[in-house]
Parts: sequence; structure tokens; C-alpha cells
Amino acid sequence: MNWTLMWDALPRLAAGVPVTVQLVLFAELAGVALATGMALMRLSGNPVADWIARSYVFVFRGTPLLVQIFLIYYGLGQFGGVRESVLWPVLREPYWCAILAMTLNTAAYGSEIIRGAIQAVPHGQIEAARACGMGRFLLFRRIIVPIAVRQALPAYGNEVILMIKASSLASTITLLEVTGIARRIIAQTFAVFEIFIVAGAIYLVLNFALAWAVRATERRLTPYARARV
Amino acid sequence: MLDLLSFGPQGWGWQILGGAGMTVAVAVSAFALGVVLGSLGAAAKLGENLLLRGVAEVYTTVVRGVPELLVIYLLFFGGNGMVGAVARVFGHDGYVELNAFSIGVMAVGLISGSYSTEVIRGAVQSVPHGQIEAARACGMGRWLILRRILVPQTLRYALPGLGNVWQLTLKDTSLVSVTALAEVMRVAHLGAGSTRQPFMFYTAAAVIYLVLTTVSTAAFDRAERHTMRGVRRA
Repeated sequence: MNWTLMWDALPRLAAGVPVTVQLVLFAELAGVALATGMALMRLSGNPVADWIARSYVFVFRGTPLLVQIFLIYYGLGQFGGVRESVLWPVLREPYWCAILAMTLNTAAYGSEIIRGAIQAVPHGQIEAARACGMGRFLLFRRIIVPIAVRQALPAYGNEVILMIKASSLASTITLLEVTGIARRIIAQTFAVFEIFIVAGAIYLVLNFALAWAVRATERRLTPYARARV
Repeated sequence: MLDLLSFGPQGWGWQILGGAGMTVAVAVSAFALGVVLGSLGAAAKLGENLLLRGVAEVYTTVVRGVPELLVIYLLFFGGNGMVGAVARVFGHDGYVELNAFSIGVMAVGLISGSYSTEVIRGAVQSVPHGQIEAARACGMGRWLILRRILVPQTLRYALPGLGNVWQLTLKDTSLVSVTALAEVMRVAHLGAGSTRQPFMFYTAAAVIYLVLTTVSTAAFDRAERHTMRGVRRA
């Protein structure tokens, strides 16, 4: 075990953390919005909207994220129309392609979590709100969203952890986040174990921190569920 | 343009089909290795031995908390060294080299096993304790209890979870393409590079994964119904 090498690699690998965090943060922000839209389409009762959302989830959960990243990064550039469009400056960048692919991927999993959470809202609560004379939007904002958020939080935390791990695939399209840098250092030094341990520790710290934050938020949001002292 | 995907002399049909076969071969082998590792891991976690329990705990925490790609790089760049070290312990000198297939199966199997461990541990714990006591009272030995009581019921409880692990494993095999093993993703990458039609080749790969996941979902559903045939429904 080469301790000095590990110590030297730590700042180089840590320099990739902001890229990893940005990828996950942007993908999750856009992903939650898209997932909510898809979940509402599933629950809308409109057969066309339902079919679109179902197909979307089927395709993006049934294929590996790597295929999705390659389709967007390499595949879209094949078409002249895409290269001449206003979107090209965005779709040319591996950074935005990775975020786009991760957004589409996480939204597919997330929409199922959100759908389950909305469906888990007790029907009596909705009836009670209606009986109080609440309109659709007021009911959604005051009753469904607060209950569904608490229901979805643990599962969504797992999904974000999966995304932190999935962000490593961005290294396959030349992005230098933690895994990309790790691969580069391994190729230079052949110190496979040492670099694996340091890079792995960085991911474990990120994931543990996130899991802790999710648990803390859950605790804050559900004071009524705690045992009374 | 579509003739590039045909089975003719200009087409990539056979290569893609071969890649799909390789994907299935890696996925099945890795899943099988994962179930073996998962059973050992679950046994270690439920056992009395503190050292084994610690090892299993570290294994599942690290492998599930670290990106799959990183585990694959570890095995791809360090796998030969590891196997060589094990071989030296058993008195074999000289260089050991593993082919890309074995490395891929080991890497994906290691990942698959960490998830299987948790699934199998949960399934073993959901076998009612009274049944094991009853079996002991009938005078069954450890192995007979394992074979007649624990395994058949564990399998029933574990099947839905193992179905999820299988889907993950199948999709994780796409990452093995970084080691140049000619599975479907690698073939698509080569085809995309040499024909300059990346969209078509990656779409073909996506369709193959969709077919594989759809077929295996149906297969696991059937298997689940089969194992549940003796269970009364509420």
C-alpha cells in the first residue's frame, strides 16, 4: 500500500467532486419536475397521457443509462438538423449531454416513486378537503403535496444515491468527474487499489452525507410520528 | 441505411446478435455468481461469527455505495494481480491472465452479489421461526432443515427481489463494454464508429436491452406465480 500516493491523489480526486455534485444536482432538479409531470399524466385518467407516460417509463427503465448517454452524446450529432439547430451549442457539450441523459433517466424512476406517493394519500383526507369546499389546486397544494412529499422522501433519497453513483458514467464521454480522474490516475500510476480506495471513500462520504441529510429532513418533517417523551 | 443492421455481407446483424448473446452470457454468469456470493454474504450476516459478519457488512456497504464503473475499473486493471496473489497463496508461481469475459463476470457478479446479499438475508429472516423450531422438534439436522424448510421458502420470498437484482445486473453488463468485451454495447460502439451512424446503432442496442428486460420480467412473473402456487391468497 502506497500511502504517499494515496495522500497525493486525494486533492486531485476531490477536485472532481464539484463536477459530480453539479451533475447530480442539475439532473435531480430537472428530473423531479419531469417526474412530477409524468406521475400526474399517469394519474390524469386521460388514456393518451397515460400511455405516453407509461411508454416513457418503460423505455428509460428498460435500457441502461450508458445507452441513453451515448444516444444523446454521439447519436443526436449524426443529424444535420440537430447540428444546425439552436440547441447544438448545448448538445455539443458532454457536460449538458450527461445532465440531459441523467435527467431523463432519473425522471423515469422518480415518476413511479411520486405516483406511488400520491396514490398513498388516504382517500378520506381528500374527501374531507372536498367537504371543506377546497378546489382542485388548493387541495393539491395543501393536502396531497405535503402528505406525498413525506411519503416519497425515503425512496427519493435512494434514487439520488443511485444518481450519485450513475454520475460516474459521465466519465465515458470525457467528463472529468471523480471516476474520470480516478481512471486517469490509474492509467498513469497503475496503483489500482490505492486509487480505488480513495475514490471509493469519496463516493461513500457523499452517499453517507446524503443519506444522513435525508434522514434528518424526514425527522424534521414528521414530528408527529416521534414517540412523545 | 437500415441494411447496415441486416444480416447480409454489409450488415452488422450477426455481430449485434452475437453481442446480444454475449450480454446474456455475462448477465447470466454474473447473476449466478451474485446469488452464490449473496447466499454466502447472507449466511455471514446472519451467523454468529463477528469477523465474517464484519466482512460481509463492509462488502455490501462498499460495493453498494461506490459507482459500478469504479468496481469494474478495479477488476479490469487490478483483477489479474488479485487472482495472481490468490494463486501464489496456493503455491502457483507465474503470471495468471484472465480474459475479458471472466473479468466482466467477476466485476458484475461482485456488484450483483452485494444486492443479492440483502435480498437473501431479508428472505431468510421472513421464514417464520416457529417452522424451524418445529423442524428441530421433529429431529431434523441442520442440513435437512436447510434443504427442506429454509431453502424452499427463502426462494419464494427472495424471488421478487432477485428479479430486481437481475434487471440491475443485465443493465450493468453494458458497463463491461469499457473493457472491450464484445457485448452488445461494445459492438454498437464499434459499428457506430466505423459507419458514422451512431444513432442507429445505439438505438439497436437500446431495443435489444428493452427486449431482454421485457422477456425477463415476464419470465420472473411466471416463476413467481409458480412458487406462490401453494400459498393461499387473502
